[in-house]
Amino acid sequence: MKSLEELKEIRDKYRDEIQIRKKDSGKEHIHKAHVMVCTGTGCVSSGARDVVDEFNEELGSRNLKDEVKVVGTGCHGLCERGPLVIVYPEGTFYSEITRDDVAEIVEEHIIDGEIVERLLYEDKSGKKIAGYSDIDFYKQQKRIALKNCGKIDPESIEEYFAEGGYEALGKVINELSPGEVIEMVKDSGLRGRGGGGFPTGLKWSFAAEAPGDKKYVICNADEGDPGAFMDRSVLEGDPHGIIEGMVISAYAIGADEGYIYVRAEYPLAVKRLKKAIKDAEEYGILGDNIYGSDFSFKLHVKEGAGAFVCGEETALMESIEGNRGMPTPRPPYPATKGLWGKPTNINNVETLVNVPYIILEGPEKFAEVGTEGSKGTKVFALTGKVNNTGLVEIAMGTTLREIIFDIGGGVQGGKEFKAVQTGGPSGGCVPKEHLDLSIDYESLLDVGAMMGSGGMVVMDEDTCMVDVARFFLDFTQSESCGKCTPCRIGTKRMLQILERITQGDGQEGDIDLLLELGDRIKETSLCGLGQTAPNPVLSTIKFFRDEYEAHINDNVCPTGSCDDLALPYWIDKDICIGCTACVNECPVDAISGERKEPHVIDEDVCISCGACAEICPVDAIFQK
Amino acid sequence: MTCACNGEKTDEKFFEPLYKVFEEYETDEKNLIPVLQNAQDAYGYLPEEVLKEISSYMKIPLCKVYGVVTFYTQFHLEPRGDNIIRVCMGTACHVRGAGDVYDVIQEELGINDGETTEDLKFTLERVACIGACGLAPVIMVNDNTHGRLTPDKTREVLDTYR
Repeated sequence: MKSLEELKEIRDKYRDEIQIRKKDSGKEHIHKAHVMVCTGTGCVSSGARDVVDEFNEELGSRNLKDEVKVVGTGCHGLCERGPLVIVYPEGTFYSEITRDDVAEIVEEHIIDGEIVERLLYEDKSGKKIAGYSDIDFYKQQKRIALKNCGKIDPESIEEYFAEGGYEALGKVINELSPGEVIEMVKDSGLRGRGGGGFPTGLKWSFAAEAPGDKKYVICNADEGDPGAFMDRSVLEGDPHGIIEGMVISAYAIGADEGYIYVRAEYPLAVKRLKKAIKDAEEYGILGDNIYGSDFSFKLHVKEGAGAFVCGEETALMESIEGNRGMPTPRPPYPATKGLWGKPTNINNVETLVNVPYIILEGPEKFAEVGTEGSKGTKVFALTGKVNNTGLVEIAMGTTLREIIFDIGGGVQGGKEFKAVQTGGPSGGCVPKEHLDLSIDYESLLDVGAMMGSGGMVVMDEDTCMVDVARFFLDFTQSESCGKCTPCRIGTKRMLQILERITQGDGQEGDIDLLLELGDRIKETSLCGLGQTAPNPVLSTIKFFRDEYEAHINDNVCPTGSCDDLALPYWIDKDICIGCTACVNECPVDAISGERKEPHVIDEDVCISCGACAEICPVDAIFQK
Repeated sequence: MTCACNGEKTDEKFFEPLYKVFEEYETDEKNLIPVLQNAQDAYGYLPEEVLKEISSYMKIPLCKVYGVVTFYTQFHLEPRGDNIIRVCMGTACHVRGAGDVYDVIQEELGINDGETTEDLKFTLERVACIGACGLAPVIMVNDNTHGRLTPDKTREVLDTYR
């Protein structure tokens, strides 16, 4: 591709082809229908590949292959209800589709034009909703980073062109100087989406100003936080968006080579990235003399080898160089002395994918969304005990309550909301009194949590907060690279204390010791892993100190989830009907009694597993 | 795993797959991790002889090769099962019952975290997060993700790989 004009010609050609996915396009469509099947990892594991195959077979056998196009897309977000299928031009949204449903959709919807009511998404009140954008889950979202996810075929560069892809890059190279590009990014107010929230434009300007004949750009796609999968979804759903963002940043700082460092645990993402790079090279968007200019850029994919700490930028660079992924002290910052000692700019996946939008739509439009200090949108991976788990992109400044209750549909099984954990192992737990907290970088820090990469795990009344803290410490402790003492030994000590507490051996003074250790580790650790590792412990102590005290002082786990402290079960003999269901269920034979007579549980034998209470048809079994 | 070289691990035939890997990479230090990754793909794990050969071919001290191998969780120095079961212990899975799923697998296969069954059919691993939290609790068997598991469903999944 030699010029922007050439790109626009290609774009218009393919734009016609996907017009059918726009409402009221008023154009004659090449295809009569487009069937979009989500092939993100979530839907694939629920059987989306079978659905795609079945559609192809069914359409083939009816000679409809030329008229109906089947597209495997990236993640639509509503993973809970996968596999998801959207049929255009109507934009009808079908959820939980299996191979067996396909013939019905083809027959009734595509041939007869009747919507298959049975397969429509059903909301909380049991109402069937046909329109994609009418579903609560999607209604309140604002999609910038995810604008292409689920809309286009991620393996087709032409579909990316059709959505205006690589136009921003064309504009940058033909019309803007590197300095102007950096100014635009600064004006947009974009901050790093990997967690810390450093202003992106400023970071770029440091790397641009750093002296050096050779510079690098790196995309940090080493998403390792438990409970986070937004980068994965962007990688799988819009790989060209990331590549375009990277080439723009390379142009801005004067780099000619780049790396995408991606987790090896994401094989689909690796595959799609490699294909995207190859396709972009073939069109002349990557490689030598991009858009006929004298700017050249070479991009590599580097697979990680399984080390959480490699998400830390200095460790990540060590890993690319072929070393153990251990962090190094900063300064010097990567912007001046990065990969192989050269000036390097590192951005997270989500940060980069916002860049083409900023260039094309203008920084003002981007800055219109969000709050004073946090501009734009943020993608969250909403998981845990919430009804609509999935990927959510919202304007900064939306409240936690809106995300969890309006978009997420509230807590599963009608249970009480207890806390939401944000920011993974670096973050903290936010209790219900802060549900109306506006989501932005500062207000999350104010309550001891963190934006982090954007994991958001909802916890209900049955979740033990001491156990959650132990869980995260267990994770960070085993992922610590061991280079600096506070992180290696400090987190180990904290974990030992938490283990003792959850096992019923808590001692007086443990809470103070945890607080002291936590503060010291935060102050003295070498890298972000250690500096944030105590956060889950500190925030749970801050908001749920009574739970710690109950474990330590009363030898009780109030939620009953710590096995060693669980309360024994007993049977209310006034309710028990003697059905013997519990007797059969009990794994340790702790329950006895005659048929049709009230039963009893032997407390000394009972292991408090709760299996009996779950099976009891009349709810006669309780914890003491 | 039976060795195709009748126990003689230094002969040409044993190293053939490794030499194929070398053909694709320059002997630059930055390629150490990809070379190890590819070698592990070829052998199923990283035998000592392979590490020594990589060290001398790439002119990287063996202690450094060993240092890298032991740092990253992806590399293995012992033979592994035909089917690698990764049980996700991430936050979302944790609160949705990953512990029960793990217990079932442990019980059914009779092995613990990091161990391989004697018939080399299965290797069991606890991992931090697979990144499919919407389907919690989740396990991965080889490259296939199985989600929304219950103890019964877990047994069914295991049966399909036996």
